[in-house]
Amino acid sequence: MTGSAPSAARVPTLAVFKLASCDGCQLTLLDCEDELLTLAGKVEIAHFLEASSRVRPGPYDLTLVEGSVTTAADAQRIQEIRAQSRFLVTIGACATAGGVQALRNFADVEEFTRTVYARPDYIDTLATSTPVAAHVDVDFELRGCPIDRRQLLEVVTAFLTGRKPDVPNHSVCFECKRRGTVCVTVAHGTPCLGPVTHAGCGAICPAYGRGCYGCFGPSGSVNLPALIPLLRRDGMDDRDTRRFLRTFNAAAFAGIKEET
Amino acid sequence: MTHRGSRVLRVGSLSRVEGEGALHLKVRGTAVEEARLRIYEPPRFFEAFLRGRAHTEPPDITARVCGICPVAYQLSACAAIEDACGVTVDRSVRDLRRLLYCGEWIESQALHIYLLHAPDFLGRDGAVDLARTHRAHVERGLRLKQAGNAILELLGGRAIHPVNVRVGGFHRAPDPTALRPLAEQLRRAADDAWETVRWVAGFDFPDARIDADLFALAAPDTYAVEGGVPTVLRPDGTTTAFPLSTFSDHVREEHLPHSTALHSRLDGRRHLTGPLARFAVSGRRLSPTALQAAREAGLGDPREGVECRNPFRSILVRAVEVVYAVDEALRIIDGYERPARAFADVPPRAGVGHGATEAPRGLLYHRYALDADGTVTDAVLVPPTAQNQGAIEEDLRRLAEAALAEGALDDHALTHLCERAIRNHDPCISCATHFLDLTVDRG
Repeated sequence: MTGSAPSAARVPTLAVFKLASCDGCQLTLLDCEDELLTLAGKVEIAHFLEASSRVRPGPYDLTLVEGSVTTAADAQRIQEIRAQSRFLVTIGACATAGGVQALRNFADVEEFTRTVYARPDYIDTLATSTPVAAHVDVDFELRGCPIDRRQLLEVVTAFLTGRKPDVPNHSVCFECKRRGTVCVTVAHGTPCLGPVTHAGCGAICPAYGRGCYGCFGPSGSVNLPALIPLLRRDGMDDRDTRRFLRTFNAAAFAGIKEET
Repeated sequence: MTHRGSRVLRVGSLSRVEGEGALHLKVRGTAVEEARLRIYEPPRFFEAFLRGRAHTEPPDITARVCGICPVAYQLSACAAIEDACGVTVDRSVRDLRRLLYCGEWIESQALHIYLLHAPDFLGRDGAVDLARTHRAHVERGLRLKQAGNAILELLGGRAIHPVNVRVGGFHRAPDPTALRPLAEQLRRAADDAWETVRWVAGFDFPDARIDADLFALAAPDTYAVEGGVPTVLRPDGTTTAFPLSTFSDHVREEHLPHSTALHSRLDGRRHLTGPLARFAVSGRRLSPTALQAAREAGLGDPREGVECRNPFRSILVRAVEVVYAVDEALRIIDGYERPARAFADVPPRAGVGHGATEAPRGLLYHRYALDADGTVTDAVLVPPTAQNQGAIEEDLRRLAEAALAEGALDDHALTHLCERAIRNHDPCISCATHFLDLTVDRG
């Protein structure tokens, strides 16, 4: 997401849209308690249904999209959102990797529908849950389930000043080292996806004594063939390993080669 | 008074609610022929893909049903799985769970009061707009919300989808010294919570009354939050309770004869969960501070078993519940000793388990069937908004008819009234894991 800063003469407009998701990533914006009112003075919130009943028509300077595409209507809607947006940033694992609902991608969705609904014939859904980038061009993808508040503020600030967001692509291991957390795999034999997971959360799970479960999706350079023997050593069989990799970023991890 | 024939009002996207929903109202003269809260949140299939997962996984996975109340999902899941495995956790771990839940109550209720609901009473579009005229109030609301989030961050690791919860308890119990700064922040929050009660008590409340059965958990000595017995309070004042294991015999989703909509019914009747239900069922068990706050808010004396059935006044009950949650969080922190173990072992066994807790917006029920190695073979999640839908629609219909009977209301004013009526119930449409309103307009 690079480009010139929006014209100083006009307050840039911000829009927030939601597809299939839990609302947690847009809530992250409202969880910026210390910054929310300051931010609201620097942008015009033109479309943010969770926060305001006032809706201004597009085009929008910065659009944040939460959620994945799971219906034909949303596949159409994301095209319209893209057409109205100068910069389009996806926020969260659903919008960048299909989210937890992408578990349907490995299953029979008709069977899923019969399991959950009394009248499956009324249910309108696609057989897949796909990220926004599978449908339209995306200017920046912010990862996480949920996204991190500091990274969100960095992305919005970068947009406002016309620079590239400083969101590193390295793994959670870097954050553990920086935080001074003892490695849970080395010290305790706890299975951990930290070596292959994108940084951003601040390595919370190891700090709480558990292994990373990959909610930020794959990092820039992922070496699954090196990790999988470690997971096996620490007691995970093939089925456990598959479930471990297939949860909140199932579609993203599934696309990575597991064997050399 | 308008004398037009029938008119149909639609709101394509409801604002200031969680998730995505729409409103459909069909009016003929002063009669409301149809009032529907339409849910168009796409299906996400949690109950389907939970099958085949290990019994340790539902707390992390079901948190993702809702970013606004993940703790409710985590703790209902833990309760159900521990029930299936026949494990009871120690008091100290239960206290920590209650502390975590207090954080979610403070955060979610403050969000609803200040950012979603109060703007309706003050004629504003949202909190940012409200801050132009009531900045100090909005700042207080954000501060209060932040105090709730501080509990979630310290005890859960982060505010949205906390990582520290596990079946049996927590991955790590906090060091008592780490709780001291939190207690400082909560003491300031106690003042903010009290000011919130005073502020919302001054709002102008339209007359309205909900006749639905009120449905909440009840606990022997405390205001039920993280567990309890399902209890029903009927409009005639009678109270009944039933074991949680029979939840599905009582709360049923039904196809109504006049539509294809799935509506939840409690023993065949419309019911409402959430703050109004909790206050009616457990009001007398509030802390002394919260009892005082309830009296000051004009809700009467909960020790005498008062009810509040005006949905517009739910904001008052929420404010009282925030006073309670802050008070309760401080009580738990003051008495906190680090448990010897942060969690109980929960070895798997074949069986079915039930769990229910009080999400800020109402009772949330989970049921899991496990096989002998702990694999989930069946999962049922019944969120509060799915249960409340029938009562919300009845509320919409009655309010709209009363307003139409009183005099002319243009489409804009009527639509606005209906949106307010829906926001009164703090619906969480993202939580609507397995229900969709399937009605078709044949008019």
